[in-house]
Order: sequence, then structure tokens, then C-alpha cells
Amino acid sequence: MTRMEKSATFSRRSVLKAGGALVVSIGAPVSFDFARADDATLAGAKPPLTPDQLSSYIAVNADGTVSAFFGKMDMGQGLFVAVGQIVAEELDVPFKSVKVFMGDTATSVNQGGASGSTGLQEGGKQMRMAAAEARRVLLDMAADNLGLPVDQLTVTDGVVQAKSAAARRVSYADLVGGRFFNVHLDWNGKYGNPLYAPGKAQPKDPKDHQIVGQPIKREDVAPKVFAQEDYCTDIKVPGMVHARMIRPAVAGAVPLKVDEASIRDIPSAHVVWDQGFLGVVADKEWDAIRAAEKLKVEWSDAAPPFPDQAALYDHIRNAPPRKRVVEPKEAGNVDDAFKTAARVIEAEYEWPFQSHSSMGPACALVEIKDGHVTCWSGTQKPHFVRAGLAAILQAPEENIHVIWTPGPGSYGRNDADDCAMDAAILAKAVGKPVRLQYMRNQGTGWDPKGPASIHHARAAIDASGTVIAYDFLSKGFSRVDVDTNGSKPFDTMAGQTLGIALKSGDGFGVPAESYAFGNKRTAWETIAPLLDRASPLRSSHLRDPVGPQIHFASESFMDEVAAALGVDPIEFRLRHVRDPRDVSVIKAAAEKAGWRSRPSPRTDQSGDKVSGRGIAYAQRNGTHVAMIAEVDVDRRSGKIWARKFTVAHDCGQIVNPDGLRMTIEGNVVHGISRTLWEEVKFDRKKVTSIDWMTYPILDITETPEEVDVVLINHPEIAPSGAGEPSSRPVAAAIANAIFDATGVRIRRVPFSPDHVKSALS
Amino acid sequence: MNQKFSLNVNGKVHNVEADANMPLLYALRNDIGLNNPHFGCGLAQCGACTVHLDGQPIRSCITPLSAVGAGKIVTLAGLGTPEKPHPLQIAYIEEQVPQCGYCINGWIMTAAAFLRDKKKPTDTEIRTALEGLKCRCGTHVAILRAVKRAAAMMG
Repeated sequence: MTRMEKSATFSRRSVLKAGGALVVSIGAPVSFDFARADDATLAGAKPPLTPDQLSSYIAVNADGTVSAFFGKMDMGQGLFVAVGQIVAEELDVPFKSVKVFMGDTATSVNQGGASGSTGLQEGGKQMRMAAAEARRVLLDMAADNLGLPVDQLTVTDGVVQAKSAAARRVSYADLVGGRFFNVHLDWNGKYGNPLYAPGKAQPKDPKDHQIVGQPIKREDVAPKVFAQEDYCTDIKVPGMVHARMIRPAVAGAVPLKVDEASIRDIPSAHVVWDQGFLGVVADKEWDAIRAAEKLKVEWSDAAPPFPDQAALYDHIRNAPPRKRVVEPKEAGNVDDAFKTAARVIEAEYEWPFQSHSSMGPACALVEIKDGHVTCWSGTQKPHFVRAGLAAILQAPEENIHVIWTPGPGSYGRNDADDCAMDAAILAKAVGKPVRLQYMRNQGTGWDPKGPASIHHARAAIDASGTVIAYDFLSKGFSRVDVDTNGSKPFDTMAGQTLGIALKSGDGFGVPAESYAFGNKRTAWETIAPLLDRASPLRSSHLRDPVGPQIHFASESFMDEVAAALGVDPIEFRLRHVRDPRDVSVIKAAAEKAGWRSRPSPRTDQSGDKVSGRGIAYAQRNGTHVAMIAEVDVDRRSGKIWARKFTVAHDCGQIVNPDGLRMTIEGNVVHGISRTLWEEVKFDRKKVTSIDWMTYPILDITETPEEVDVVLINHPEIAPSGAGEPSSRPVAAAIANAIFDATGVRIRRVPFSPDHVKSALS
Repeated sequence: MNQKFSLNVNGKVHNVEADANMPLLYALRNDIGLNNPHFGCGLAQCGACTVHLDGQPIRSCITPLSAVGAGKIVTLAGLGTPEKPHPLQIAYIEEQVPQCGYCINGWIMTAAAFLRDKKKPTDTEIRTALEGLKCRCGTHVAILRAVKRAAAMMG
């Protein structure tokens, strides 16, 4: 399956028919090669690409290989390997004979794209059921073919044979190869993450798994290291022009006058301008860049929309809540319990706006030809982008083909969907295929942001030192001020600059844990955005949306309570958590890290260089994670080194332990970066974090020396997510370790040297 | 004003006609047709565009064509091939380093020059040599593992 011999350069083009739409496959890497899919889709009439058709997920090709069509995508953690393992397992075919095709609207149904760490939890579940159903159908066909009942048959490597006589055999390829399944599934009528369409088959008992659970390697690594991988930035089509967008220096301003003469000396450069939408196109990329820099624009006199950054948290504190939600239902009566408290512990925590700042700014290519639209994008949600393009171009969805192509990083609703929509407007305006890439200052300064928030926690303690009530409230900008995808123009920069009526959503969250206190209330409140239109501080999903913020606060606070009561922080947690899987991850992390019981802070250190340890734990949609950070603090410089992490991780059944381990490592490092460094800076007029100097992230010199991962496998529990859960306890684990080292509690992220130094002084 | 340049890239000479101020990156990507390196920042802050010029890692996103001269340029594609891989490429595959992989030029091209000149480097020396390069997926721990593995292979 690893085909390193295949050189995938952009000059290799093949035009194929798939799913009724014209598919242009350009230099697709091996995993996304359409040649195989084409074999299957051309042989005979394909049933419609709908969620209730088995053929929408699984095809057996003429040579016996299997194509799996997946409506989600891998963002770099090797999800497609795990999905291939699941499909191979259920079908009883070798792993190497399965190819997973991801995120192409012409070959897959809308399974939600990359979203909420549901790749295996929801997407994999569906693929498992589809593969199991395909096996059942194939066995029925084999029974007819061989004249034996199904229970007399067995399958090995895609060949069905009689248990009693191995010579009586027929292969999947002989039975159905190159033809389509025409089998209805019991679809629940939902699209996106909750899409579920089982057949009649039961999947295998996990104790019989042979491929699921194996540490199979990714095949996309070799093409990447040999420079053979095509990203969405690398796709080219004939006649394509290059574009750049122009954003205002004062957020909310719109162009009043655009002087096209100012770029007249740049070959082929011209302007696309409609209301607040302003871009330039040119035949050559460098000319588009120069034109965007040089174009003279007179902007409207917009009132500076933002508060002083120093007043951000007061703004959040004082803003009227737009929505308040208590979830789950309040246990007991929190307010009454606080009236009886012998002692109240109370604290407030603050988290800044953060940027996706993907490795490269977003890029999209849109071609509009004969009424058909093709879009190559690194979006996490190609099916939703198709809907967005349909709406903004006023074209029927069936004429729109979005081809997910790996982008320059992701981590949530980054700038990819905005870029696809902008490119579509430009392509329509100039009548040529347009490749648009944002510039770095736009990738950092104008992506949708992770919301800033404050978190207020209080605990009521009775005379015996028992926690009798717990009250936790998050208040901040919405995680869905713009939604998680670009399916609605008003959620995109293109729609907002073109004056489409806005609709800001409300969403936040509560701590995910199992602390049992007699009286307990966890709630959230959202506030209105600072600028309702085309804001560089519009907020949306950033990896583990609002999880890091909430659990920074809630898990720091549990440590504060433990310290106030003089109890070891792990012992305190074990006293109060009720979910046995929480207990087991906390114990596993403690054991692996060699944790010895004592209350925080340490009292045995002096001098400028001190070290400490901190625990934090969290759940996330069925996954349980506990982690212990061991941290060095330089009191003089304020510099933190998060030196070692010990992570215990339980996401149910482990499909691929190596992939899981690497995913967790990435989460932890990304989480450290967000904790120690990341804060979107802004002034009254604009976002001033516009590159890696003004939006610093973790450097290799600050990388932990070790991320020690303990995987807890529960084959009997269906897999839950791993792409985000281990992000969320990182900040609290570090904060708790800093407290252990110094006795000082830091309640505001990021813990940059300046912040830490002033907190310690 | 366009000028003519002869660029020696991965052992082949390419003639390019372009603005002398145009950074090398755009010539490599658009005129010569090498998809690596990548545009990450255009500011020499991230490394995604790194190539070797006469054996030294440079940021092609800020290197104007006029500064390249007859220098020998090597990109990631020229560093090694599946048939003849560079030890770092082998190590990257063994350690399964990249996630999105968009940053890869910076790390491999910088580490290749470093390991060529520095045998048996310490952990601190490796970190210092790679300082400033960006990876957004957080593969740093795996990068360090791979560079150490490659260093061991390179003796």
C-alpha cells in the first residue's frame, strides 16, 4: 500500500468521472488516488450517493481490493489508518488491500468532516457497521454460490471457503468485484457527526479482532518526507490566476474608494471589489502579492470597535449575558448550602483569545466551468463548504464538488472555509480559476479565534473541612459566534463583507468531570461579540473548543481547594470523583509518574530555580485523561519549562496504539504552547498579533524532554475520541505544578515570562 | 522589470524570467514546478520554505532571485529520494513524525545541514540548532526523536 515509487507531482493529471461529477485529480497522493475509486464507480450504475446505501461507504474492486469512502478526514494523526484497520477487520481482508478515500463530496456522504474528535467515535462506528454489512452480504452471496449455509463458511483475506473443505471457495472479487452493492442501510436520517446507518449485520466481537489494535504505520509519511505530497496549496489547473485579499487596518471599515491605477504597472493585476469584499488577482502569484501591498484604498471612518486589551476581562465581567445555561441540572441547592458554609474558597481565572495560526495561511482553488464548481480546500468540512458555496454562488449543490486536499494545518474552524468562499467570489468575478492564499498576517490576524473568557469558581466548606457545595461559572465570547463550518455565508468573511444578514450563535460549555458534591452547579454565559461584522476577533472552534479554558479553571480550582484543606491533590480528587474510569486514569498517571502523597506547595526549596508537579484530569465525550506535569520555574526570568508529562489516557478500545500515542503527544505540546505563550494581542482598532513574532508559540528549545503516555485499553468499550481530550488538562496541570513549585497561583493564561515574573514578585 | 535567471536546483539548471525582487520561493514553486518548499509566513519566521543554498539552509521566502546567483539550490526533493533516502528522511518515516507535515522543509533541511557538520550532537545542541523553526501540530517531541535517530545513523 505504501507506494513511494509513485511520484505525485502537480503535472500528473487525470480527468475521471466519479459520482456523476467531473473530478480532476491532480497529483493526488496514494491515499487519495482516484484511479481505484474510478474502477469501482464506472463499472455499472452506481446507486445514489446517499447515506442509506452501502455503496456510499464500501466498494469491492475487480481485483479484490476494497475502497472505503469516508465522509471525514485525517488532519495528520493517521485517522485513515485506523479507519482502514476497522474496515479490513470487519470484512476479513488484509489491511493493505483497503484504501480509504476521504472528504471528497463526489465520493462520500456528509459524515461531518473533521470534527470534535469524532473520527473514530462516530465516523469509525459507521464504517465498522458498513463493512460488517458488506461482509454479511458477501457471505450470503457466497452461500448461494457454493451451495452451503452461511454457518458452514469462513473468510480469510477476502476469500470465502467451506469450513469442511477448503477447496470449495470463492473470493469477494469473484462475487462482486467491480460491481456496486445495492443494499439499503437503516439510516437515522441525520447528516454530519451523528449520521448512522447500520445494516443487518452485527460487527465482530472485539475479542476476535486481529487488525484493530495493531500499531500499523501511516503511509502518508513517506510522500511527505520525499516532497511528493500535494497540499491544497499545490494544486494548479490550466488558466488559473492567483489572488490575495485585502483587509482593513481598522476592523469594521469598508473601502470607499479603490484606486486601480495604483497597480497599473503590475502585469495583469486587477481588483475585485464589492462592498466590503476587496481582493486582487494577477496571472503570477508574486504580482498578486505586490498588487495587494501596493493598491491604494480609501477606507470608511469606522469607530475603533475593541476595548483596550488591558480591559478585556473587565469587559467580559461587565457585559450583559446574552445566554445563560446551567448544565447538567443543579444538584441540591447551591445557594442555600453556601449560606451554611464555615469557609468559602473562591477564585477567578482568565483565558485570552487564541488563534489557530495554522502553519501556513489558508489556501483554496476554485474553478467554475460550464455551471460546475470545483473547489480544492484544506477545510475540515468539505460537505459543509459545498453548501456554503452553493448559497453564495446561488448554484445548486449537485453542481458543486469540493475536494478536500491536505491543508497547512487545521485545529478547528481556522481560516480554510473563509478562504474557499473568498476564492469562489473571486473566481466568479474574473471568470477564471482562482487560487487564493491568505498572507501570514491574515492567517494569524483574521482567522476565527478561540474565545476569551473568565471563569468564576467557589466552594463551600463546612466546619469539618468537607466540601458541601461547588459553583462554577464560565462567561465569555461564544464558541459559535461564527459557526463551526462555512455552510452558511453569514458565518464566513465573504458573506459578512458582502453584507449578508448575520446570526451569531451562542455556545460555551461546562467542566467534564465526575466530582460528586452534595450541592453542585456548573453553568456558562455568553456575551455579544465586540464587532458583529467581519471581525478579526469573531470567535469559533479552536482545538478542543473551550475545553482548555474551562478545565484550566476548574482543575486549577480543585487544586486550590485541596491546598486550602491541606490535602494531597490526587487524594483530594480520588475522594470526590465517582466515575471508575476517572479513578483509573488518575491512579495510572500517579503510579507511572511515581507520585508520592503530600499537599502542595512544596516547602523544601529555595533559590531562583525551583520545580514542582501538578495533576489535572478531565473527560471529553467518553474519553478520560489524567496528566501530571513536572515543571521547572526560573523565578528570576519567569521562564517555565514544562519538562515532563505523564499522561494516562482511556478512550475505550484502542484501534492503533502508535497513532494514539503520537496524537496525545501532539495534543500535549499544542496545549503547552497555548498555556505558556498564546494570546491574541489587539488594540482599539485591530488585531496586532499578525505573525510568529507577535503571536509566539512553543519553541523546540522549550519542548518537554518526555511525554510519557500510559494507554488504557478497553476493547469492550467502543472507541471515543483522542484528537483533543489530552489538550484540555494541560494548562491546569502546569498551573498546579507552578503552584507546587512556588506557592503562587497563576490564574491567567498565558504563563509567559513577563506574566509569571510579575505574578511571582 | 523582469530579468533572466539561471537557477541550479537539485542539480538541474532552470531558466526563469522574473522580477529580480521576487523571492526564490515563488520561482521554485511556480516557475520550476517544485511543490516543496511551502509558503508559511513570507517573513523568515517559520522555516516552511527552507532550502539549501550552497549547503546552507536559507529561507527562500525572503531570498530575492537577485541574491541567488549561480549558487546551488537543494530542496527537500533533492536531499534524498525513496531509492536513496537521506538518514533524516528514513528517521522521519521510522518515527512517523509529521502530522500535517507542512512545516517539514524547515526541520529536515536545517537538521540536515546541522548533522552534516556536527557529529554526535547533544540534546541541547540539537534543540539550539533547530531554534525558531515552527511546527503547529506539536510534533516537537517526535522531531527530536527523529533527529537523534538520524544523528546515530550518520555516526
